[in-house]
Amino acid sequence: MLKTFSLGGIHPAENKLSASSAIQVLPIPETVSIPISQHIGAPATPVVKKNDEVKVGQLIAKSSGFVSANIHSSVSGTVFKVDDIMDASGFRRTSIIIKVDGDEWMETIDRSEDLVKEISAGKEEIIKKIAEAGIVGLGGATFPAHVKLSVPPGKTAEVLIINAVECEPYLTSDHRVMLEKGDEVLVGTQILMKALGVDRAIVGIENNKPDAIAHLTKLAGNYKGIEICPLKTQYPQGGEKQLISATIKREIPSGALPIEVGAVVQNVGTALAVYEAVQKNKPLFERVATITGKSLKNPSNWKFRIGTPVKDLIDAAGGLPEDTGKIVGGGPMMGKALTTVDVPLTKGSSGLLLLPREEAVRKESKPCIRCGKCVSVCPMGLEPFLLMVLADKKAYERLESDAVMDCIECGSCSFTCPANRPLLDYIRLGKGKVGQIMRSRK
Amino acid sequence: MNTKVLVAPSPHVHSGDSIQKNMYGVVFAMLPALVFSFVYFGMGAIIVTLTAVASCYLFEFLISKYLLKKVPTITDGSALITGILLAFNVPANLPIWIILIGALVAIGIGKMTFGGLGNNVFNPALVGRVFLLISFPVQMTSWPKPLGFDTAYFDAQTGATPLALIKEGLKKGEPLSQLMHDVPGNMDLLMGNMGGSMGEVAGIALLLGLAYMLFKKIITWHIPVAVLGTVAVFSGILHMSNPEAYAGPLFHILTGGLLLGAIFMATDYVTSPMSNKGMIIYGIGIGLLTVIIRVFGAYPEGVSFAILIMNAFVPLINVYVKPKRFGEKRK
Ligand code: SF4
Ligand code: SF4
Repeated sequence: MLKTFSLGGIHPAENKLSASSAIQVLPIPETVSIPISQHIGAPATPVVKKNDEVKVGQLIAKSSGFVSANIHSSVSGTVFKVDDIMDASGFRRTSIIIKVDGDEWMETIDRSEDLVKEISAGKEEIIKKIAEAGIVGLGGATFPAHVKLSVPPGKTAEVLIINAVECEPYLTSDHRVMLEKGDEVLVGTQILMKALGVDRAIVGIENNKPDAIAHLTKLAGNYKGIEICPLKTQYPQGGEKQLISATIKREIPSGALPIEVGAVVQNVGTALAVYEAVQKNKPLFERVATITGKSLKNPSNWKFRIGTPVKDLIDAAGGLPEDTGKIVGGGPMMGKALTTVDVPLTKGSSGLLLLPREEAVRKESKPCIRCGKCVSVCPMGLEPFLLMVLADKKAYERLESDAVMDCIECGSCSFTCPANRPLLDYIRLGKGKVGQIMRSRK
Repeated sequence: MNTKVLVAPSPHVHSGDSIQKNMYGVVFAMLPALVFSFVYFGMGAIIVTLTAVASCYLFEFLISKYLLKKVPTITDGSALITGILLAFNVPANLPIWIILIGALVAIGIGKMTFGGLGNNVFNPALVGRVFLLISFPVQMTSWPKPLGFDTAYFDAQTGATPLALIKEGLKKGEPLSQLMHDVPGNMDLLMGNMGGSMGEVAGIALLLGLAYMLFKKIITWHIPVAVLGTVAVFSGILHMSNPEAYAGPLFHILTGGLLLGAIFMATDYVTSPMSNKGMIIYGIGIGLLTVIIRVFGAYPEGVSFAILIMNAFVPLINVYVKPKRFGEKRK
């Protein structure tokens, strides 16, 4: 029996259309627009101004707190302006706009492709380099990576878990990274192990990627303490709590962090970025994303410079299909719908999904038939039908006691409901409100 | 950009499951039992089924349109299920006018007074059935013998159900080992060769329906297994304590309406609990009550009553029995 998480789960159509398409390099655009807030936490503070000359990898905005991250230029050229522009959700956010000129990198960056296995940096130095490189969780959460590596006093890390699950349908960027950058990922994993002071790491991969499992298992023989762990293809296997439950059979209590059970989770793409930062001095200014969709001409995977317009990625894959009804940043289960394609790709962009109109339109919501299917698929053991009713009635105390804050917003409930009820929409509203109430109590 | 794109929160895809798919899935799962009932009871079964289904549709339509003044939603398939289940729960020679009354009670009182599909507390078909059982005890307990397709509708030969035979016999003080000679063997019981309501006799057909519903994930195993398991264990204990006074587990499971109830009526979405734990408690309750009524009660059969009684507890179960939360300490 393959390992999997303890409660609930669903199996949406996988649609990994771009799985066999090797990573290509997206051309550098004429201008990039780099937001100063691409991570969870405080926005970075710009350290460049109009007309400044910048190089690839140069710091352009500085981390402004413990939970924050540095931002580097992804191109060489001239700062055109620092201004508010529309982001993917339709909000105005400060961005640094750079006019590209050539492709001149910082001299400190080692641009060779040679694998550097020897880890010379010590624990402190590693964490410092990761923080300096502006690395955030590349699975989509964009939580600053160095913060997770700083284990709070009184707690000890026992095991590092690498999230290589990629449980979102359609997305394949992690899959391609494992196949094409396997050694780099494993060295990155060893660096993370050293930073945490643990001698065991588990790489969790869903078994719908047998080639990646085979490849990494073969390579892992050369690295001490790394186990490759095939997992059942079941959504949300890549949820942090679910992944820990699947790999080490421990359940994080409500409201606690993974370190509570001795685990630290990092995404496989993050491991690659860590390798590049520590071994090659390369800050995070490019990453891999999937562009996909059933009507798209060429579903594929691309390495892009941060700040490149979404539109460029779509054009590279054959252009926006006529029947596009929704443009989703990320996967179909947890991604965000974009209002326009005139927004930049950021550190958190793991993929772009173009859904045909007929799939994008929601079906009419019917009365609940009390089938209990939402309850049985919820990976957190909640009662989505009830939470929706309570959120609708604004019964915030009951929402709290029925554990609404445990919801990981995986969407399994809404996906499953035969009455097409917008369960998660209501639960999110309820969560927002209860969260506010809880904070005001403190 | 040339197209207008939609913006809505995640998830952006849906399983494609629908109320209709589940309802018609249940109907499909009932087909084997329906076919068996046609074969065993002939014309009678066909007339009863058509009457029950047509009247359930009609009453649902009329009540929602003229009394509740809502747009009728009869296409969801639930009236079809209630109709077939009502037919399954009555003898195949029941007069048409009694079926009409049953359908009116099932849909009118059992379902629409609560506000329609999703809101009713009791299984509508069972409300109809129990009403008829109390109002027309004679007609409701003259079971035609399963003689095959040429059975006449109006003057069918009638006989008692195995459960009634045993109950009567035991009352007269006859030992069970003696009585068992008068009831059909286990194989006959499984194939449905016994007296009883239209849809309850053919155990094999009902089990086929169960397998289909489990395979299609229309229902989960929890309720049927809890009901049947409890009946098996409880009747098994009684049987071992005194084999001459209490029938064994297999007899209890294969006779009467237990399989029909456990598979198609206790599992009704609307009137059963939401969590797996709740479903098991509810199933155990039905199993216990069924055996208690059958063995110690006045009626030979107790499945309908047991389900209706447990239906009444479902709101309570839903409030007090929460699913196991992730991260909760295991006891
Ligand atoms: S979105 Fe929340 S409530 Fe719905 S299934 Fe996921 S965790 Fe459960
Ligand atoms: S899945 Fe939908 S219809 Fe079924 S209980 Fe949940 S909310 Fe109600």
